[in-house]
Amino acid sequence: MQKFVGVDYFNIESLLSEDEKMIRDSVRDFVSAEIIPIIEKYNRDGQFPHQLIEKMADLGLFGVTLPQEYSCAELNNVAYGLIMQELERGDSGVRSFVSVQSSLVMYPIYAFGSEEQKDYWLPLLAQGRRIGCFGLTEPDFGSNPSGMITKAQKVQDGYTLNGAKMWITNGTIADVAVVWAKLNGVVTGFLVEKGMNGFTAPEMKGKLSLRASVTSELIFDNVFIPEKNLLPKTEGLKNALMCLNQARYGIAWGVVGSMMACYDAALNYAKSRIQFGKPIASFQMTQEKLVLMLTEITKSQLLNLQLGRMKDNGTLKHYHVSLAKRNNCDKASEIAILAREILGANGILDEYPVMRHLANLESVKTYEGTHEMHTLIIGEDITGISAFE
Amino acid sequence: MKIAVCVSHVPDTATKIKINSEGKSIDPIGVTFVVNPYDEYAIEEALKTKEKFGGEVFAISVGGEANKETIRKALAMGADNGILLKDNNERDSFAVAKALAEEIKLIGCELVFMGKQSVDYDNSITGQLTAEMLGYSCITTVVDLEIDNQKVIAEREIEGGREVVESELPVVITAQKGLNEPRYASLKGIMAAKKKVIEEKPAFSVENVSEIIKMYSPPAKNPGRILGTDSSAVPELVRLLREEAKVI
Ligand SMILES: Cc1cc2nc3c(=O)[nH]c(=O)nc-3n(C[C@H](O)[C@H](O)[C@H](O)COP(=O)(O)OP(=O)(O)OC[C@H]3O[C@@H](n4cnc5c(N)ncnc54)[C@H](O)[C@@H]3O)c2cc1C
Repeated sequence: MQKFVGVDYFNIESLLSEDEKMIRDSVRDFVSAEIIPIIEKYNRDGQFPHQLIEKMADLGLFGVTLPQEYSCAELNNVAYGLIMQELERGDSGVRSFVSVQSSLVMYPIYAFGSEEQKDYWLPLLAQGRRIGCFGLTEPDFGSNPSGMITKAQKVQDGYTLNGAKMWITNGTIADVAVVWAKLNGVVTGFLVEKGMNGFTAPEMKGKLSLRASVTSELIFDNVFIPEKNLLPKTEGLKNALMCLNQARYGIAWGVVGSMMACYDAALNYAKSRIQFGKPIASFQMTQEKLVLMLTEITKSQLLNLQLGRMKDNGTLKHYHVSLAKRNNCDKASEIAILAREILGANGILDEYPVMRHLANLESVKTYEGTHEMHTLIIGEDITGISAFE
Repeated sequence: MKIAVCVSHVPDTATKIKINSEGKSIDPIGVTFVVNPYDEYAIEEALKTKEKFGGEVFAISVGGEANKETIRKALAMGADNGILLKDNNERDSFAVAKALAEEIKLIGCELVFMGKQSVDYDNSITGQLTAEMLGYSCITTVVDLEIDNQKVIAEREIEGGREVVESELPVVITAQKGLNEPRYASLKGIMAAKKKVIEEKPAFSVENVSEIIKMYSPPAKNPGRILGTDSSAVPELVRLLREEAKVI
């Protein structure tokens, strides 16, 4: 196979710093050598490639924006975004693993945890010696997490937790779950550890999307949570939403990786597939599809870069992230569908990455706020009227 | 132990090469340059050796400003020091080796790693020349290496097999694919490399001993022909291989 050299029609490369480029290239090489050759098999078998955890940790991919004192690389947000983009060119499931570990587990421990919690958990999570998950969604509360029914009750030396979470990435394989539950009516974060009495995390089966990622239920049946496992700086749903904002930022970048993988596959295929005596790339309708793909990739790349620079200079607002997440996920799906069309029947085979990305993107479009919810977040910002609260 | 690893900055083998109109050099516009792939094995072996015995790794490159990118990559992988021996003019292998040898002598490295060849000019000679100029032993095309005190035992790839040779420090080792699995530059390594300074000095001045007279691309290949996609095409394929290509 030809070496992947990226898609960069507008020399966006020239807007990146030397180290941003080096970081991207290092992760790009890693993805080409370690993820792409194995991922179809894991996706087909519905398994997460566990052997990648240590390799990704050695590369330093977990919690990349957090300080070096916790064994993290302390990169800027553009570098973090580029890493997500490269990982998702491999697979959305693998990118999800890293997103959850970094943005939904390490970030809340860093931002809302006690010094002891940070000192204990962050280095272990950074080195991949512990795995985390994030439990917000419940069977009956998805887009509307404020209605959650999982509840914590104060008891001596701690809390008892009751309820259930659903759709939790990494749940079954996690050593620690950042769980959001109502304590006296206020959404509060808890660190629930594997093996605590009454806590189980069965894997959800039958997914036709994000198959190389573990998705689980978390069930809490009178689980005793010691006082030291409460995230002390959480004081409502807004803290959970702050985590989502980090992860959504990563998704906005990540899906550009899927777009590039699909475009690359479609372009190469179109140039080599002969019908009516010519490459199908010579037909105007095929060219139009390829041009649409390239256009949307370029727009998303520019959107992301500015998003990242704003995050780095502190001017980013949650609705900016919503706009990028919403747009990029939507366009990524559109690109995957067009790529599938260009590949004809071959497009449905897992010999090519397109169908896997197409299926994965259905999850990516849904989690961390559906397309519709992000529409309403931006709608609320520009009109001053909330359509959902 | 002071360890040198000599790294060259070469066009990515995946990029299309265009030759300048004067026909003696390549047009670098639009060409992506990378660390010479064989040098990555050399870097990895230098780092492994340092991790085992302690010491310092010096990544040295001869060439222009752009070579810093390759030195930076070696630093990101874990080399301690980077040195650019600057010369913007094309050097032949002899002149490159001379510059390297002078610098290695100055630093006092007793172990030198290089790639077995650079994938740009493919001369496969810089390691041997450098060793000769330094008066060091040289073991080329190494696929396995063991160092024990002053003793060096290396397995080399030879036509159709392997041979094991023994030598002593100081030595120049040229790395072949298979010697090791080069590590990825980790994110922390990349950030740490940013803080390391690349020392820059003029390359030892010496005349080239060879001159490029002409450079040209191989003749374009004729496009392939598809005779069919199932077994019915086999007889025709056999006929053409026999009568047209004359290979069977
Ligand atoms: C593979 C996967 C992994 C996941 N991982 C995690 C995880 O790690 N942690 C976690 O907490 N959650 C996770 N989720 C859950 C995810 O965040 C939710 O699925 C998502 O928030 C949507 O919730 P829902 O599925 O209950 O859909 P619902 O909220 O029931 O929505 C159904 C449909 O109704 C629409 N809708 C709902 N309300 C409105 C409205 N007011 N106006 C217009 N349309 C509306 C939605 O947009 C959607 O189209 C994951 C989901 C998937 C698929």
